[in-house]
Amino acid sequence: MSTPLLKVADLTVRFRTEKGTIAAVNGINLELQRGQVLGVIGESGSGKSVTLRALLGILPPRKTQISGAITLDGRNVLSLTKRELSKYRGGEVSMIFQEPATALDPVFTIGQQITETVMRHGATTKAKARARALEMLDLVKIPDARSRIDNYPHELSGGMRQRAMIALALSTGPKLLLADEPTTALDATVQIQVILLLRELQRELGMATIFVTHDVGVAAEISDRIAVMYAGRIVETGTASDVLKTPRHPYTNGLLTSTVIGARRGETIDCIAGMPPDLAAMPQGCAFAPRCPLATTECTAAVPMLKKSGADQFVACIRQEADGRHAA
Amino acid sequence: MKPAEKVRIEPALEAISLEKTFTVRGGLPGSAAKKVHAVSDVSFQLQPGTTLGIVGESGCGKSTLARLLLQLIEPDAGDVLLDGSQILQTRAGLKAYRRQVQMVFQDSSASLNPRLTIEQSIIFGPLIHGVDKESARTDAHELLTQVGLEPTLYAGRYPHELSGGQRQRVNIARALALRPKIVIFDEAVSALDKSVEAQVLNLLNELKAKLDLSFIFISHDLNVVRYIADNLIVMYLGEVVESGSVDRIYENPRHPYTKALLASMPSTDPEERTHEAPIVGDPPSPIDLPQGCRFAPRCPSAEAVCTANAPAHDPVGAEVVRCHMADPVSGHSLAGQSS
Repeated sequence: MSTPLLKVADLTVRFRTEKGTIAAVNGINLELQRGQVLGVIGESGSGKSVTLRALLGILPPRKTQISGAITLDGRNVLSLTKRELSKYRGGEVSMIFQEPATALDPVFTIGQQITETVMRHGATTKAKARARALEMLDLVKIPDARSRIDNYPHELSGGMRQRAMIALALSTGPKLLLADEPTTALDATVQIQVILLLRELQRELGMATIFVTHDVGVAAEISDRIAVMYAGRIVETGTASDVLKTPRHPYTNGLLTSTVIGARRGETIDCIAGMPPDLAAMPQGCAFAPRCPLATTECTAAVPMLKKSGADQFVACIRQEADGRHAA
Repeated sequence: MKPAEKVRIEPALEAISLEKTFTVRGGLPGSAAKKVHAVSDVSFQLQPGTTLGIVGESGCGKSTLARLLLQLIEPDAGDVLLDGSQILQTRAGLKAYRRQVQMVFQDSSASLNPRLTIEQSIIFGPLIHGVDKESARTDAHELLTQVGLEPTLYAGRYPHELSGGQRQRVNIARALALRPKIVIFDEAVSALDKSVEAQVLNLLNELKAKLDLSFIFISHDLNVVRYIADNLIVMYLGEVVESGSVDRIYENPRHPYTKALLASMPSTDPEERTHEAPIVGDPPSPIDLPQGCRFAPRCPSAEAVCTANAPAHDPVGAEVVRCHMADPVSGHSLAGQSS
């Protein structure tokens, strides 16, 4: 396999708060090839958004402790200087968010915002940058881009704002796009349009993407590979088909059976009992053990490592045998 | 009632041609006020012991409808009947009505008073309705047990000491404290994590059977509605475009908007992804409504008749399809073909 675009080794993020240290991300390893889409699924507090923010280098340095290594295209992101970092953010790596209303500046038109970004990251003249902005708005299929370019964010509908934000993020031609639940706040008929647009742009522009979502359906629509996070760790990863069709970690399994998709009315849904752990007081060993139907005393002894299980699937569970079945 | 009429089971709750229009002022001084048609001619019947789902996208009037049903705002026209009778629009009449019809909201923390303990929040309603404090407390503890929160651990806690799922359980317990017949859920599980959502849905099914309740379940999540509801109304720009049994609508949607909405659900199989968005564009604003059928500007099958006339519909039927194609005499070239 060729050298990956992104390599994350043992990434750990801790937040210092008044109530103690929050263990938000606890040793993540991942690799992403050029042009590949990794879907990250997990519930709130699983560390998926924090991971994205660490990759973009936007966590507040005074309150955050980051260790491990993030290598993008051979460069160590964590040791970039302030000046290098501001080129890296928005240049090599861009991010799109759930709420375009907060990501876009309300007092500038979308054209001004894209133009400014493009000029900051290297375009020569204002006219060229504006031409690029127009091209981007066309690319994200904003109808009548020529007049929309002079609109303020509040003059656009929710779906159009989301497209404008995507245009802004992609205007610098990033190698890696980070997407944090970008379709969650959208209506159903608009969500599917934005998913299809992102999939098309990602393929055309060949950029690698990390797509964070809590929605299994959205992950299935867009991901080549999927990583499942729980309490700041990746508990399972593999191709989208493998993870969604033959989940091997008890948490993935629980997450998939607890969705109401396909459940019959009146039948009780199989769901995971209890709640995710308190990140300020992580349990010993496997963080899922207190909720796991298969847990034994062994599970609390040490944190399980991701182990190969099946052709291209990795699972962090000691109750998991090499052939992929759970130990009885 | 005339003796010749069949005895009918009165619906637990019935809405008859509800209308609500809001006036919004223009952004600039002197600009004309505009009207938002939030709810237009909405009728339905909630049969006792069943769950009625209400789905639709933002701006379709779901939440305004919920507020009308709860009598929090007054309709411009139309009626709400509880067990077949009109609601007395007096203080006492409304108080009695709200005892029967309760609501659970989406934001579990905004709907609890942060300065009251869980127990105080739950007994607040019963105390106002004249229940004595001791029995209200006993009831509250029993309700906490029923929603899966151990009273000795949780009764004395404050909302901020609970997780979102636990707070939503408290809101459910509080809604049930007045022993209502009907509970309206407005996006009540939308903010919860999937595994917690499943726990709460299981709880709702259990409570509904045990306490003989009827539910109105408003949601944008089509999977959740399919699981929890028996009957469904689909709303678009303030109108009911389709109604019927959940099974019928999911298996054989007849209105083009319902078809598009269902086809917009993401596939859960990476090998069978969606290739084309069923409809393009955003739901339009309910301020400047199009002439004729409100869905026509986005409808793939729209014809001249659609922009000329609003489709006819049976105002009280359980199965409503507000579309020219469902009306054999509308003049639409595909009329009567879709069934």
